[in-house]
Amino acid sequence: MRAGTLVARLVPEGAAPENLEDHLERFGPRPRPRSSELLAALDASGLRGRGGAEFPTATKWRAVVDHAQGRDTVVVANAAECEPASFKDRTLVGVRPHLVLDGLEHAAETVGARRAVVYMSRSHEKLRHAFQAAIVERRQRSDCEVFIEVLAGPDRYVAGEETAIVARVSGRLAKPRVVPPRPFHSGVGGLPTLVQNVETLGHVALVARHGPDWFRSVGTRQSPGTALLTVTGGVAQPGVVEVAHDATFESIVAWAGGTTGEPAAILVGGYFGRWIGAERVWQRGIDAESLRSLGVAVGAGVVAVLPAAACGVAETDRVLSFLAEQSAGQCGPCHVGLPAIADMFHRVAIGRARPAALDMLSRWCSDVVGRGACRHPDGAVQFLQSALQTFAADVRHHARAGGCRFSDQPAMLTIPSNHRGWW
Amino acid sequence: MKHRLRVDPIRCNAHGMCVELLPERIRMDDWGYPIIDSRPLSFDLLAHARRAVGECPRAALQLVVGDDPGSRQRPGDAD
Repeated sequence: MRAGTLVARLVPEGAAPENLEDHLERFGPRPRPRSSELLAALDASGLRGRGGAEFPTATKWRAVVDHAQGRDTVVVANAAECEPASFKDRTLVGVRPHLVLDGLEHAAETVGARRAVVYMSRSHEKLRHAFQAAIVERRQRSDCEVFIEVLAGPDRYVAGEETAIVARVSGRLAKPRVVPPRPFHSGVGGLPTLVQNVETLGHVALVARHGPDWFRSVGTRQSPGTALLTVTGGVAQPGVVEVAHDATFESIVAWAGGTTGEPAAILVGGYFGRWIGAERVWQRGIDAESLRSLGVAVGAGVVAVLPAAACGVAETDRVLSFLAEQSAGQCGPCHVGLPAIADMFHRVAIGRARPAALDMLSRWCSDVVGRGACRHPDGAVQFLQSALQTFAADVRHHARAGGCRFSDQPAMLTIPSNHRGWW
Repeated sequence: MKHRLRVDPIRCNAHGMCVELLPERIRMDDWGYPIIDSRPLSFDLLAHARRAVGECPRAALQLVVGDDPGSRQRPGDAD
């Protein structure tokens, strides 16, 4: 077994919220690298986006620079964290708002933006006040010319998607739109726009101070640095851990107090992720290379443990209905297809489906992939397909018997209440 | 020049004209929405494709020239 390392770079254990004074004492003033210097450092660091897509950060920033051609640009820090199982972004921002804002100012200076926006979900009110207080502190002290504003969007799953954020910041409903054009080409108000997850911005602020070699000193060659993970489900102490990318699932669960019972499966990556049998990933690292052959990725950093004494079918059923409800109602395969798929799976779960239901489900799943403006339908059916594989025997049992001895247990995966508006 | 079909899924309202006019490349899912084969169109299909594009009541069906519009490995897919 590889040891894996608990490395506190972004969020030290038990850390108290840091104000600007604490922040400057700990990290010193923000350096002012030239645009090309910071881009080279980010390139060398190998930093990838931590919002789920794992896209190389330097490449994304360059795309904005290349499309600007002397025009103004816009940067957005994405703190929406619409993934219901995740709270790592809120944890980071709650403790170190200034590290994230440093990263946002770096982004704005590098891509030449005069406008910077922190985007978050409307229900995270405490967080909004923390950000606003931090921004006021900086305005009194700092000489940054970037104007940072805080903007709330709806608590809806797809409202954290890049094009939906661009729409909201541009003053429209927070719904995804068809790409291309992508935000780096035409985003807020038609300007090239960079939307970056807040954890990524925190890493940027550290790379700018300590350099790429420091960043790469932990983790693996292809997945350098640390990651914030939300560890939840059947663990003794659910919470956020920061680990180097060579940490194994076994060690991560141990840091969350160990399992509360024998683990059956793990949901890797959140509601847009995949279920996988616990024994298949237990000894593996969380880095992309270790997981690729299994078809999973930590994505936005959720690790949810399903104990053997819980029902994966019932959990999947509830989450799938939630995802179907979360459609923006724009694309047919999503807003008509997903509810049909969720309904059919529910019938299977309660033993009220025709024998052909499973074949129909798998056909419907492959039919909707790639046919929405955003990837909401793709994520939802990927989640379902992984459940059909991982819980194959349980699914067949449910189809015959209408349930199992664990299907009435309280839900492990939380379902947020439905927020109706799009503002 | 390679011509391909694509559909704007937000505009599309499942009228189904395109499936009638170009069954060679467009089939219907179980809810009436078109599933487009986005491989390049051969010369003999191009005229039919143009007609399907012209008849779409929502102007959702489009002909595009160049690379696969379905390729999505670009910055910011979900970040």
